[in-house]
Amino acid sequence: MLNNKLSAYEMKNIPFCIIVCLLFVEFTGCKSDAEDIPDSIIEHIEGSDLMIDSSILIPVEAISMDYFPCSDCHSELEPNPLRRELIDMHDDIEFDHDSENRWCLACHNTFDRDSLVLAGGKLLGFNESYKLCGQCHGPKYRDWKLGIHGKRTGEWNGNKQYLLCVHCHNPHSPKFKGMQPLPAPREPEHIFIDSIYESQEKDSTSP
Amino acid sequence: MKARKKIQHPHKSIDRRDFMKWMAVGTSSIASLSVLSSCNSDKINTFFQDHFKELDEEELKEVLERLERQYKEQYNTDIEVSATPPIESVVFGYGLDLSKCIGCRKCVHACVKENNLSRNPEVQYIKVLEMEKDKGVDVLHSNPYYDPEQVPEEGHFYMPVQCQQCRNAPCVKVCPVKATWTEPDGIVVVDYNWCIGCRNCMAACPYGARKFNWADPYLPADEINTDTDYLGNRPKAKGVVEKCTFCIQRVRKGKYPACVEICPTGSRKFGNLLDEQSEIRTIMKNKRVFIFKEELNTQPRFYYFYGT
Repeated sequence: MLNNKLSAYEMKNIPFCIIVCLLFVEFTGCKSDAEDIPDSIIEHIEGSDLMIDSSILIPVEAISMDYFPCSDCHSELEPNPLRRELIDMHDDIEFDHDSENRWCLACHNTFDRDSLVLAGGKLLGFNESYKLCGQCHGPKYRDWKLGIHGKRTGEWNGNKQYLLCVHCHNPHSPKFKGMQPLPAPREPEHIFIDSIYESQEKDSTSP
Repeated sequence: MKARKKIQHPHKSIDRRDFMKWMAVGTSSIASLSVLSSCNSDKINTFFQDHFKELDEEELKEVLERLERQYKEQYNTDIEVSATPPIESVVFGYGLDLSKCIGCRKCVHACVKENNLSRNPEVQYIKVLEMEKDKGVDVLHSNPYYDPEQVPEEGHFYMPVQCQQCRNAPCVKVCPVKATWTEPDGIVVVDYNWCIGCRNCMAACPYGARKFNWADPYLPADEINTDTDYLGNRPKAKGVVEKCTFCIQRVRKGKYPACVEICPTGSRKFGNLLDEQSEIRTIMKNKRVFIFKEELNTQPRFYYFYGT
């Protein structure tokens, strides 16, 4: 008789064989569905036009400036160092940066509007504005140089791009602005397997 | 071999064992026939593939090529699957500035896109918890489903939680098949082909960082990130657990993780814990740093801090 020839070991293996076979059957049942679809929700930061050479920061373009170079207009105007509210021009600038004690010419150079000016009178290009910020915000400036404050992109072990203070903080109104959050995760009670397959069928039928 | 005594029922010509045996033979032959007729060698090789750590160079190459073929068939897109080895003398660490995060969820969605996560059912590695400033870090009263017009909301702060890449990882300890382990650079990874989907690791993880593919992941072909890693962002299958790997496919090539790159407030910091000059070490030295659920002794490589 055949079953007499089977050892206990072989008999034990039979259920295993069945499982393996069933797994194979199950396995071959997997389908592939290549579909195309929804809109991308991700925005990409385009700040990679900054170049960093070890410790020296060379931003190519600090901030987009509609009016730059300022001298286009200001070279023909007589500088007026009197503190006042601007009416004819630049009245769209919302100034909320210690406005009680400061005004335009606290940072912009009176006689050469293409430059910024430090408290000590030294002129700065707009791409070095972080030094100007650092005059008052010493600890933040220190943290920024160390990479604690602010944002760096690129390589964690190589070339990094730094964002300058003015990339995130409007110098005229520096408080970081809020934004609308991206969609929340779905709550567990709103997840239905049916809806998953429905949406996928819908997607796959659309061109 | 011990002879088995046969007791036969007087009215039946076949006993239970005979029946089982023939049924097994029958089933297996039908099954093998159907397998052989419908299966290609890639599927058989997938089934018999070894554990990632036991693959030699040649086998690994074959596995990666096979995966690329299979993804090509499935998504009709050329997906490159690599297996970049860890960099020597590097242990990755992550910093998150709780004083700056505004809860915009840009990281969550950048991560979904970078890591080819299922859009439906939703799989997200990062969960941003909204907390009340009055209560401090209080998970019980936190809300991950906040959806106001604008963030940050008055009186609230936001705490993104993702895999903490623990040194003493409970998820690694409980895996019955060793499908998850800690790489030399400190990243806890999963062999998605070896995972049996038992979800023990999900029960063990105190951070809810592991996600299970309850259904076939839905990934739109035109949104696939084609630069993938075996241990990282390659598309997953139904029935496996997956998790944040600090974007292993990026960081092992020197790039920052996707969440760090996208964060509009610069709350997220990343670097080499063994490099004293790295941003993360500077933060650990100079700022108020804490680790999440310290009392559980998981010893994360993920540090929350207050940059103010």
